[in-house]
Order: sequence, then structure tokens, then C-alpha cells
Amino acid sequence: MTLWLALALMTAAAIFAVLWPLGRRTAAAGGSDIAVYRDQLDEIARDRTSGLIGEAEAEAAKVEVSRRLIGAADVADADKSASGRSPLWRRRATAIAGLVLLPVGTTALYLAIGSPQLPGQPLAARMAAVQQDRSLQTLIGQVEAHLERNPNDARGYEVIAPVYLRLGRFSDAVNARRKLLALSGETAERQADLGEALAAAGNGVITVEAKAAFERALVLDPADLKAKFFIGVAAEQDGDKPKAAAIWTGMLKDAPPDAPWAPVVRESLVRVGVTPPSPTAPPIAGMAAPSASDVAAASGMSEQDRGDMIRGMVARLADRLKEDGNDLEGWQRLLRAYMVLGDRDKATAAAGDAKKALAGNPDKLRQIGDTIKSMGL
Amino acid sequence: MIPELGHYALVLALALGIVQAVAPLIGALQRDTALMRLATSTAIMQFVFVALSFAALTACYVTSDFSVVNVIENSHSMMPLIYKFTSVWGNHEGSMLLWVLILAMFGASVAAFGGNLPTTLKANVLAVQSWIACTFYLFILLTSNPFLRVAQPPFEGRDLNPILQDIGLAVHPPLLYLGYVGFSISFSFAIAALIEGRIDAAWARWVRPWTLAAWMFLTVGIAMGSYWAYYELGWGGFWFWDPVENASLMPWIAGTALLHSAVVMEKRNALKVWTLLLAILAFSLSLIGTFLVRSGVLTSVHTFASDPSRGVFILMILIFFIGGGLALFAWRAPLLKQGGLFAPVSREGALVFNNLFLTTACLTVFVGTLYPLALEAVTGEKISVGAPFFNLTFGPLFIPLMFVMPFGPLLAWKRGDVLGVAQRLMAAFAIGLIAIAASFAAMGMSSVLAPFGIGLAFYVMAGSLVDLVERTGLFRMPMATVRARAAGLPRSVWGTALAHFGMAVTLLGIVCATTWGEERIVALKQGQSVTLSGYDLRFDGMVQRTGPNFRELAATFTAGSGGVAIGAMEPSKRSFVARNSSTSEAALLTRGFSQLYLSLGDVNEDGSVAIRVYFKPLVLLIWLGSLVMALGGALSLSDRRLRVGAPKPAKKSAAKPSTLQPAE
Repeated sequence: MTLWLALALMTAAAIFAVLWPLGRRTAAAGGSDIAVYRDQLDEIARDRTSGLIGEAEAEAAKVEVSRRLIGAADVADADKSASGRSPLWRRRATAIAGLVLLPVGTTALYLAIGSPQLPGQPLAARMAAVQQDRSLQTLIGQVEAHLERNPNDARGYEVIAPVYLRLGRFSDAVNARRKLLALSGETAERQADLGEALAAAGNGVITVEAKAAFERALVLDPADLKAKFFIGVAAEQDGDKPKAAAIWTGMLKDAPPDAPWAPVVRESLVRVGVTPPSPTAPPIAGMAAPSASDVAAASGMSEQDRGDMIRGMVARLADRLKEDGNDLEGWQRLLRAYMVLGDRDKATAAAGDAKKALAGNPDKLRQIGDTIKSMGL
Repeated sequence: MIPELGHYALVLALALGIVQAVAPLIGALQRDTALMRLATSTAIMQFVFVALSFAALTACYVTSDFSVVNVIENSHSMMPLIYKFTSVWGNHEGSMLLWVLILAMFGASVAAFGGNLPTTLKANVLAVQSWIACTFYLFILLTSNPFLRVAQPPFEGRDLNPILQDIGLAVHPPLLYLGYVGFSISFSFAIAALIEGRIDAAWARWVRPWTLAAWMFLTVGIAMGSYWAYYELGWGGFWFWDPVENASLMPWIAGTALLHSAVVMEKRNALKVWTLLLAILAFSLSLIGTFLVRSGVLTSVHTFASDPSRGVFILMILIFFIGGGLALFAWRAPLLKQGGLFAPVSREGALVFNNLFLTTACLTVFVGTLYPLALEAVTGEKISVGAPFFNLTFGPLFIPLMFVMPFGPLLAWKRGDVLGVAQRLMAAFAIGLIAIAASFAAMGMSSVLAPFGIGLAFYVMAGSLVDLVERTGLFRMPMATVRARAAGLPRSVWGTALAHFGMAVTLLGIVCATTWGEERIVALKQGQSVTLSGYDLRFDGMVQRTGPNFRELAATFTAGSGGVAIGAMEPSKRSFVARNSSTSEAALLTRGFSQLYLSLGDVNEDGSVAIRVYFKPLVLLIWLGSLVMALGGALSLSDRRLRVGAPKPAKKSAAKPSTLQPAE
């Protein structure tokens, strides 16, 4: 309502600017070139008295300016006889144009291009509103904004890193973990957390980088459970099942009977074909694994479930690439995953999508082309 | 609500503009005083509304209202406050709004302070001004609307282009626009004169203050822009013959020519048609400047918007105003009464000489800037016209111009005496020769041409003071008389002398900085140092810092001369998170008028850092000279007295009054 009132007042001011001069009776008081030439004559006199020009030059100049003055006076006379008429009908027509056409025209144009229904949203006011409605997303936003301002605040990274991991923002999680390491120094736990994030970012594969982080954690604290477990996973992925089994069995041996992570390790042992030592306490259903990572979860599942899990991960990757197609490695991973799952049709389709998405970047386009060719698609 | 108020205010300005574009024209034709009066009130009200609109957009930026698309795209809630203001015009839409704000401001100034103008002329001028304004309002509202909204505002904007986050940008575009747009008044006056079919000496006087003001702002604007490029782009150069720079230089040259030819018209009622043409050209070149920058036809560091559909719109505006203005000129100019004739050797002659060279220089810049574009558009062939072309064409044109410059103010109107003037310039010649000899002695034969450039600069500096010295009687008369005479001199005489002096100062800076500057590119490890032109720079280490919306890697250096530390230098690289881009901030150390310039390159793996060091002797004179020029313009603008065509002969010709008959 205030908006419309303000717009109406502005329109009234504009109309007034048109009507006001039409209503005044006084004749126009314009200047004329006669004044300029009079000034020029005065100037000559001043210059003469101050000695800037000689007598003869002053005379000559005076003659010249006078001639202009006479010419201007003639024109002014002719003007005067012709000017001053302002017939009523013309003023009325102008007034009507100002009163009707101007508001109608402006309103029509404004309604066509303006957005009167949208209120202004200054950031400060919005922030105040957000304080009352804390959703996860805005909380993350606030922590991020805080970190933007104070990029050296380790606590912020500590808070946000697990959230990122849970939301599947793996690369952000990796960055946050790295930052934390740089800021608060190295501990076994932090290295292991970094390794976990790296593994998650690699879709469960313990990459060289991730493995290095776990190994570093074990150097710092040979008893670090998370690092131990993942080193085992790495061994399994390398095909070294006996080594994996040895690590995991060792873990269970030293474990307190009610360790919350024991069931997961036991499942892993089953997967590599080793019978785990019998539990002293039954596993509690739904108990959290030592890590929330997909790897750990997948390692505790049956073959069927694991297949579903992997397909879910692949689908998630495909979704992400649909949104942000500029990730060359992501595309390569997706293509390989489809081939491994034996889904050739989807792989072919994804190859086409990848080419389209990377079309803007010749270098990446060439690389994805190589990958596609190497797969025989 | 605020963005919508601003939006509507702009629509209202357009509506008032349409009234102002039509009614006063009819009024002037029919001599209807009521309709003519309409121009004054609508012009002032139009300005009020555009100002309101601009204020609304500024408010959106300052409060980070991310429901406005333009704010999302060019702002960030954590930018320092000053950049929230400057980012209003640091983008295409906002800068166009600034453009029309200044246009409306000039229109309102004519309405408010143009009481001395004949009513018909004032009505026509304001009507033409409003034609220009209306097309640009339409352009903004239809193709570049800064008030477009989104219903779901994001939480953060995309930040202002980091290269524009600098105090230089805060001041330089508004000044440049004041210059560009100021010429619109000269244009409107010219078109109004053509419509009325009448033009005389008084016209030149009325148009002069506006031209002078525009010229001043443009001078300072170009200088600021050049200084900004010098320290922000990190290349150490001050002028790149970049198309966008050329686009600002062309109206400046045309405007300079216009200022000089208007003097002839005012005093001698001659060169009328030519002056009209220059007035049309100066603004046409300003429009081309706007066009080159914004259409996306050109891409360079300065271009912050590229969108071909806008380009087409602007092209239409260009064709309408430039083509229309020139067509009107071709049709109406022959009907104008011709002015007086004059002898080639005279003040008028000197000014014509000035005009010839300036327009030729302007033409070379025009060709050098637009030919590659035209060629690419027609044949697809890409050529680049760079500094060598301009140095070979523009340079030689300016040498004779500079040489004759001191002669102009000393020559008499109507008929001058070259030999007499040359005699009075003897002292200046001598100073020039001494400067040449001294620079050869000091710098050896390292550059053969540069000492002559320095000689020319000193000769012009001295020569532009000769007139003052003679007219105040300095060295000849007692101090009291000199003071009285100095006070009695018209301000415009001081203005002329200062402007010419400033030009020479700039020339001196350019010659020295380009000829005897030194450059080194080295990689330094901590503790190592580099020596350049007698200065030592020691690399002390790197620091990582955090700014409001960027992170900064700064290297600290200690500059020393002869073993004595003279200051710290801290070049840095800033990375802006929101735009994922970085800028390099050069460090400058001023020694007198010279500067040490240090810009940071990459950090190598072994911990060494690549740096570029320049020593730029007398480089500050380039911009100082421009400021002196603008100061001359300001002095001249403050001259309320009228300059009359009174013959001011050389002493010798004063004895021959027979030569002073009016020439017409």
C-alpha cells in the first residue's frame, strides 16, 4: 500500500511539473545576444583604460561589435512582434496530455516491466529473519560466512566438516579437513578424518592420497582405530585379503566387548572369508559405525545390498554431474562404474552427456574422448 | 519497496523527457512562451527523478538487497562500504544509469542557469537534450534495466569484478562521464542553432562554459583512468592505445579543437559552420566512446558488459544522433550566414592551424581504432594496430602543434607578425636549447630523439609564460604594478597559459618515463636484492593476510639508495573468493616526480618470487600536467569577463593602425 501511495505522489509531482508553467501568466524573461554585445563593448572600454589595447584597436573593435549589436537588435525587434502568443487550446491540449497520457503511459510501462509485488529485501533484515528460522542450510551458510570472514578459525572447520560429509559434499569436507590440519596441527585423529573424507570423495576407493593420510595417522598413533580399519579396507581393495583379515582380527582381539564398531569389522571379516572370533556381546542393531562413510556401511552389507548401495552411489554421482557437468574426473568415474556394473547402454548415454557437458573445454573434451575410446564405447 | 520506487522514477523521467522533447520544439516554432517555459520545469523535474532512481539503486547496493539482479551480479555483502557505492556504476546497467543522471544534471543546469539565453534557443537546446535523454532512458528500461528483480534472493552476491575494486574506479568513470556527457550540451546547442537557422558570435559565448566544463572533466577523467591502469593492471605502462582509451581520447581532442575554434567565433564571428561541426563531432565521438566500451564490439580490460543485442540498440542510437546531426548539418549549414575572413598569419590563423592538426590527429586515432574492427567485421581478418602505428602518426602531428603552441596567444587578432612573436619567444627558444644540451650532457647518446622532446617541452613551458610575463610587466616594472596588472588580467589569459604549460609538463613526463625508464624481471629469494637505477630492493619475506572480501599474499621489500633505506614496498596478490579470481597490487615508491614500481609475479617452488621492477623517471609529471591543464580550464571557466575581438597587436604592428580594418 505504501508503495502505491509513494508512486502516486511521484506521479503527481511529475504532472505538476507539466501543468505549472502552463498556468503562469508572466511573459518569458529570456536573455538575448544584445546583452552579450553590450558586455563586449564594456570590455573594450575596460581594456582600454587598463592599457591592454591601444586607442586605434579599441576604436576598430568597437565598430565591429557595434555592427553585431545593430544586427542583433534588428532580429530582436522582429522576434518581439512575433512572440508572446500562447493560444488557450494549445495549452489545454498540453495540459490534457500531462494529466491523462503521462500517468496512463507510465503506469502501463511500469506494470509491464516492474515488479511491484516484490518487497525490497535488504540483507540485514533478512539475516534478522533467519535467526528465527534456523534450518540446516542457513546454519551451514552462516558457518561458511563466518569462515569467509575468519578463515583461520579452526573450530568452524571442525563443526562443518562432518556436516559436509553427511550431506555428500565430499570435496568441501576434504578442504575443511585439510584446513583444520593446517590450522590446529597434526593428530592421528585428524589425519584419519581427512583420509575418511578423501575416501568418500573417491566414492569409497582408498586412493593413494587417502592411504597416505591413514598411514600418517598410524605413525602418530599406532592404535588409531579408524585408520587401522581403513588400512584394512585398502588392503582388501588391493586384493590382499589375508592382510586385511589380519588387521581386522587384531582390532577385534584388542577390542572391549561392547565396542560399537565391532559389528562392522566382523562383517568385513566375513566378506574376506574369515570367521570372526565370537562376540562377547551381541551387536546392537542400528549402532553407528566408526565412520559414517559409505565404505564402512557397504562393507557391512550383504552382496545384494552392497550392489544396491553401489548403484545408489552411481546414481548420486550421475545426478551431481547433471547439475555440474564440468567435472572431468567425475565423468570418467561414472563411465567406469557403468562398465563395471555391466550397464553398457547407460554408459553410452553418459558418454554422450559427458561430451555435451564438456564441450566448452577443448582440453577436457579430448581427455573424455580418450576415456570413451579406451572403453570401446 | 526501494528498488521499485527507483524503477518507477526512471519511467517517470522518460515520460517527462518525452514531454520535454516535443512541447518546447513546438513552442519555439510557434513562439508560444508557455510551451517553451515547459522545458525548464520538466528538465529540472526529470533530473530530480533520475537522481531519485540512482539513489534507490545505490541504496539497494549499500543494503545488499539481493532481490535486485544487478546487485546480485556485482556486489557482495562483505565488500567495504566504499565499493558498495562504486559498484553501482562498476557494471553496465548501473553505469548507464550514471550516464543518464549526468545527462539530466546538465539539462537541469541549463534550465536553471541559462537565464541569459534567448527563450527560443533555450527551449530548443533543452528539447534536443531531452531527445538524447529519452533514447537512453528507453535503452536502459528495455535492454539494460538495473531494477530487474528475483523473487527468491540468494544469500550472497557474486562480488564486483576484483579489478574494479579500487579507489581509482570510484572516481574515474564519473569524471569521464561528466566529460563525455558534457559535450551533449554543445551538441544540443549546435542542433538548436541549426534548427533555428541562426548562429552568431553570442552563440559561441553561451556554449563556451559548457564545453570548457566538459573538457576539464574529461581531462581529469582520462588522467585518472591512465593512472589507474598504471598502478592497478601491473604492467607499468600509463597508456596502451587500447581502443577504450582511444575512445576517451578522441572526444578530448575534438573538444580541445572546439574550445579553440569557439574562441575565434566569439571574437571574430568567423569559423561558425566549422565550430558547429566540431560541436556535433565532439559529442558523436563521445557516443562512440560509450558504444565502443559497452556494445561488446570490443573486448578489453575495461569492458564490463558484452551483449550483442544491446550493441544493436546502441548502434541505432549512434546512427540516429550522429547521422541525424550530420544530415541536419549538411542541410541547414549552407543556409547560415557566413562569418568574417582573416589573414593566415594571425591569432585566428594560429587557431585554425591548431584545429587542422587536432582534427587530423583525431582522425588518425579514429582510423587506428576503428579500422581493425571494420576489417574484422567485413573480412574476418584480425589485425592489431598498436603503439607503433600511433607513435608514427599521432606523435609527428603533435610535434608541430606543440611547437606553434606558444605562438598562438602572442599573435595579434586579424593580422599578426610572426617574426615579432619569434623575437619575443627568444628566451623560450634559448631555454629549450639549453634543455637539449643539458639532457645530452647528462644522459649521453642513449636516445637521440628524447633530448629534443625535452627541449620542446621546456620551450613550450617557457613560451606559455612569456605572454603572462609581458602583460604583467614582470622584470620590467615595480612589483606593485606587476601585482595590480596580474590581478587585472582576464582569468582566461591565466587559463590559457596554465593549460599550455600543463600540456608541456605532460610531454616532459611522457618523454622521460618512456625513454629513460628501466625495467628488470628477476626471481628473488628471501634476503636477496636487486639493483635498478641506483636503487636497491631487498626481499624481506612474504606475509599472508586477510582483507574484508579477499585474501592477500604480500611480499615485503626494503628500498634503499646508496645503502640508506628509503622506504618499504609491499606489492601483493589478492585472491577474491566469490569470483575465484585475483588481482595484483603494485607497490609504488615516489621519489620526487619519479617512481619505483614493483609488481609481484608467481611464487616459485624453491621459495623465490618473481618480480617486475620498473624505475619511471618523472612519471608523475604526466598526470600532474593533466591536472595543471584542467586547472587552466577551471580558471578560464571562472572568467566572468568577456573576451572581445579587440586586436592585441605585437608592439611593432601597433604602429600601423591601417592594418586593423575589419576584414569582413
